[in-house]
Amino acid sequence: MTFLWAFIVGGTICLIGQLLMDGLKITPAHTMSTLVVAGAVLGGLELYEPLIDFAGAGATVPITSFGNALVNGAMAESERNGLVGIITGIFEVTSAGISAAIIFSFLAALVFKPKG
Amino acid sequence: MDQNQQNKEQQKREYQQIAAKHEEKRPIGINCLKAFIIGGLVCTFGQAVQNFYMYFFDFTEKTAGDPTVATLIFIAILLTGFGVYRRFGQFAGAGSAVPVTGFANSMASAAIEFRTEGLVLGTGSNMFKLAGSVIVFGTVAAFVIALVRTLLGM
Repeated sequence: MTFLWAFIVGGTICLIGQLLMDGLKITPAHTMSTLVVAGAVLGGLELYEPLIDFAGAGATVPITSFGNALVNGAMAESERNGLVGIITGIFEVTSAGISAAIIFSFLAALVFKPKG
Repeated sequence: MDQNQQNKEQQKREYQQIAAKHEEKRPIGINCLKAFIIGGLVCTFGQAVQNFYMYFFDFTEKTAGDPTVATLIFIAILLTGFGVYRRFGQFAGAGSAVPVTGFANSMASAAIEFRTEGLVLGTGSNMFKLAGSVIVFGTVAAFVIALVRTLLGM
């Protein structure tokens, strides 16, 4: 059942992305930025966590989850340390994704040759 | 001089009209269906990876998300290196771009492509060429939202 909801919710988020790209004719970069901000807003309203409980990877794999994770990190730290915590905590949760992407991309640049 | 410029403007407009006439109509319906199915499958695969981490390692439902995302990023970058992800992306559109794998693909493809300009000036400074906007807008939005919530909670 988890798999079905992951498929439906994840697919729907991608469909929204495709609609933004084709319908509004905006670039992929604009689409991704819009989705990340949307995820952050939903995270701020505490609506994204229930979606994760419900759809699992269907909600954590799309890029919207990145926006939500940024807000969660900032909020968790600001509850402990006050306003400064927003700055110190913003990348707390997303560290895995960003550092993995940087490290593996760098290694890939060492190993692979560009393909035409 | 002025005449020349007018001529150029005229030509530009004519070119745009011709280009618009020959522009392929985007089949929105089919694109959306592809994005839904492929994006859904990527997330389903992510769920399988997450379950793997939950059953074989001591991760809970809450903590399994991080290694899952890292694993998907690793796979996406490997596929990018072998030149497979690009073809996949052409077919799947947003279905391959919206999942975190698309984020990783944009970084790895820039890193590999600009390798010819050197590791520092090429790979280092171009890696975030596409992914940068996502990080910048995500971070700024998260900052504003967290600030508002913190101030409201005080």
